[in-house]
This record gives sequence, structure tokens and C-alpha cells, in this order.
Amino acid sequence: MIRDITLGQYYQGASWIHRLDPRTKIIAVLVYIAGLFIVHSLLGMVMCTVVLAAVIAVSRVPLSFILRGLKPIFIIILLTFILNLFMYDGRTLCRIWILTITWEGLYRAVFMAVRLILLILGSSMLTFTTRPIGLTDGMERLLSPLERLGVPAGEIAMMMSIALRFIPTLLEETDKIMKAQQARGADFETGNILVRARRMLPILVPLFISAFRIAQDMAMAMEARCYRGAKGRTRMNPMRFAKRDTAAAILMGIFLGACILERIML
Amino acid sequence: MPLEVKHLSHTYAKGEPEETQALADVSFTVEDGEFLAIIGHTGSGKSTLLQHLDGLLRPDAGSITIHGTVITDPKTPKVEIRRRIGLVFQYPEYQLFEETVSEDVAFGPKNLGIEGEALTQRVDHALRLTGLDPDTIGDKSPFELSGGQKRRVAIAGVLAMKPDLMILDEPTAGLDPQARQELLSVIGRIHKEEGNITILVSHNMDDVARMADKVLVMDQGRAVMFGTPREVFSRGEELEGIGLGVPGVTALIRGLNRKGYHLPEELLDREQAAEAIAAAVQPMPNVPDAQGQRKG
Repeated sequence: MIRDITLGQYYQGASWIHRLDPRTKIIAVLVYIAGLFIVHSLLGMVMCTVVLAAVIAVSRVPLSFILRGLKPIFIIILLTFILNLFMYDGRTLCRIWILTITWEGLYRAVFMAVRLILLILGSSMLTFTTRPIGLTDGMERLLSPLERLGVPAGEIAMMMSIALRFIPTLLEETDKIMKAQQARGADFETGNILVRARRMLPILVPLFISAFRIAQDMAMAMEARCYRGAKGRTRMNPMRFAKRDTAAAILMGIFLGACILERIML
Repeated sequence: MPLEVKHLSHTYAKGEPEETQALADVSFTVEDGEFLAIIGHTGSGKSTLLQHLDGLLRPDAGSITIHGTVITDPKTPKVEIRRRIGLVFQYPEYQLFEETVSEDVAFGPKNLGIEGEALTQRVDHALRLTGLDPDTIGDKSPFELSGGQKRRVAIAGVLAMKPDLMILDEPTAGLDPQARQELLSVIGRIHKEEGNITILVSHNMDDVARMADKVLVMDQGRAVMFGTPREVFSRGEELEGIGLGVPGVTALIRGLNRKGYHLPEELLDREQAAEAIAAAVQPMPNVPDAQGQRKG
């Protein structure tokens, strides 16, 4: 169950997408998300889907691997779909008890569900094709102009990379603790929500203690290596834009233009 | 057969790039009251095997049976598996969570449906078996205790479930030498007093040689050797070939044999080995008494 969460997991590869500069990819994802909210017709959504499909195809990350990331948020997508289904007035499609499904509602529901799915898949493509370290380095560089305004970009990036770095560790830890408590007869699968919540205690207490222990060790290890804040630190691999980044920027520009055009024209 | 493992196989992440076969056709049997040690280096499949024994993982193929209960059968109730098998994970002190030691030890048996006086008795008994005094320590927070004590509390928590089979995964990892020795003697005592099957995963060949009745050697998901410590440790070269060592006594004897002596390599008892070595080593020339005896 815990292994299903793929957000923040890197899929090893050497595709064109993998080799793009992290900064390009971060901006591309922001552009893509903006595009998703600019388009307002089904045609626009189809265009967004095609773009994502192309990115997935180029990245060579297997589709099954990508779709697994949707499983944990399936409920949210379903809820969005159902809520939208009943929320719109218009031509009646069918009636269930006091609820009415309209053609417009169905249209909106499909539209919103697709938007949500593309939103999640699109942003997870960034983490599938970029190492967490590259990601935070990219963020740091993109935020660095704000440093003059007093935004501690370096520290934020360090905190993010540490947080990202420890997601798998904490998941592993959770898995271990769950198994240990299961071995002592703990039952996490039956009972109502309240009972289940109380039964999480044997996992949560040890997990918190573990998290604090790991954080302490981490802080000590960093101090032992003379970490004194991000100021003045240099990079082992300085980031440089390549030709493919220019190409990607042009493609994203075309995409954004098409989205805006769709908004105005249709 | 009290514990019977037959043709057990397990593959992680099937159909994905990181697919790995963690267990491949593992079979062995353990008699009632026997002490089994499992050795093998990291990634040899030990932990996977243990989790199968406790029903936490399901095999792709094969079966595990203990006293007639088929652990690997999905229809076997989980409570039944827990009643039969107690698994103490590595660093078990990290699973402590209750406010008092007694409550924490009671967590397992409570989950088995034990209540009231019987529960208190089990908790006290388990704590005493691990060498802790329930009257002085029972109401303390487990987080106030020392590392070694915490670990004993965690072991008591599994012990209180009175399993037929008690599994300990590297129980002495990270303890100081004294706490290690104490814990090992506690484990030996528990095994003797409870009369159950004990499985110990260890990297210390001296402990294995001293405590185990049977040794299972794992390498790359396979059970490569299974037998008494004497049988297993007499195959020192094979053990070294898969990155494992031999007990100190065996290493000494093997070293001497390489220098031209002919000592029995299966000797594991220190006293016996010492006598054998004393008998084989040439008497020193400047000890007239011994020389005289030789000549005579």
C-alpha cells in the first residue's frame, strides 16, 4: 500500500527529457499547469493530453509506472467527478432519486476529472525524470533572485532536498514499524474510522520518535561537515542550459500560445 | 514436523526493472525445542524468509507449516499465526509506543484476546524471563530505559504472546559487549524455559556455534547449507567463498592446519579444542619434563 505512492520518485533513465536542465523542466511544468487552467474546451483538454502523452513517450517512463501514482488520489478524482456531475443545470440526462444529471454536468465532470488527472501526471513527470537533488538545485537557482528580498532560497532548497531525501526513508521506516506491530497482532485493516485511527497510534508514536532521531543525527552529521548555511556554497555540477533547453522552451512557448489562442478563439 | 518449510520462493517487484528473486526454493525442517541459527550476509534473503515465517509476506510458491497450521495459507486467520509465531525485528526498541513498560508488553497478548489476571501474569512472566523486574520497571515509561533494557522490553512484548516459534532478527545488533552477553544468555534461558523453537539470525559465528542446534546458511536467496554447527563450520572454505566467516575456534584450528598440523576442524567447544591443540603442538624443547615424557 505504501509502495504505491510514486510522487517524488525518480525513474532512472537517459531520455531527452531526463537530460533537460531541471530549471527548464520546472518552468515547463508551471507552463503546463497554467495551460491546463487556460483552456476551457474539450478540444483544449485533448491538446493538453496529447502534449503529455508525447512527453511520456519521449521520456520512456513506462505508463504502468506513471499510472500507479494516480491510485492514492483516485478517491479525490472520483469525488470531483461526482460532485461536478450533479452541480450543473441544463438539459436533463437522467434522474436518480432527487438528483439530476445534466449533459452540462457530465461535460464538466469529465472536463474537471481529466484536468485533475493531467495536473497530477504532468507534475509527476517532473519528479519521474529529475533527480530530487537536481530538482532542489533548480528551485534554488530559480528562487535566487528573490534572495535580495530576504528570501533564504538556499536554505529553502536545502530543507526541500532533505525532506525529499527522507520521504523514502520514512516510508521504509513506516513499513518496518507496521510490520513489527502486525507481528505483535496489531490489526490495521478492520474496524470503523475511529477504531482505525486509534489503532494508528502504535505506528505514529514510534514513527515520530524515529523522525526526530533521524533529524538529530542528520543535523549532527551536517555540523560535523561544517555546514553553516547555504551562503557561499558552490556546486559540484554547475547547471548550464544546452541546446535542447532552448528547443524545449520554444515548444513550451508554442504550447502556451496555443492554449491562449484556444481560450480567445473558442 | 513442528516447523516445515517447503520449496519457498519469493520475488520482489515482479515485472519491474528492479525485480529481484529474494528466495529461491528454500526448504528445511526444525524439530520441537530446537535452536536454529540463520546466517548469511546482507541481502541473502534472511529477512524475507523471516517475514514469510510470520505470515507478513506471501510466497510465490511453497509452504510453511508449524504444528499443523499452514502459515502460507491465506485462509489461516492472522490471530492464529500470531499465536504460533513471535517475530522480534531488528532494533525492536523502535516499536515501543505505550506510556508504561507493562502496557507495551501487554499490547501483543491483548491483540490475541487475553485479558485480566491472565494478561498481568503473562506480562510479569515475560518481563522476568528477560531479566527485568516488573515491580520496579513495569510502571516506568519505556523511553526512560537504557538501550539494552528497551530491547529486553521489546523482546518481552513478543514473548508475552507465548509463541511456539520465537524468531529473533539480529537481537544483539548495536549493543555494547556486556549488554550483548547478557541478552544472549537471556535468549538461551528463554529457549530452555519455554521449550519452544527459537530461530536466531546472527552475524556472530561464535554465538551461533555456542547456541544453535542447527544452522541454516543463506546465500542469494538459497539455502546453501543446513546442518549442525559442526557440519556447517567444517565447510569453512565454502563459507568464506560466500563471504561468511567461521567461529574463532575454527579459524584458529584451520590456521594451525595450514601450518602443517592435523587437527579436527569440526571442533567447536573451546575446552575440547584447547586440549586437542595442546596434544598436537610439539612440546617446547626447554621443558625437560615434557621432553622426557616424549622420549620415554
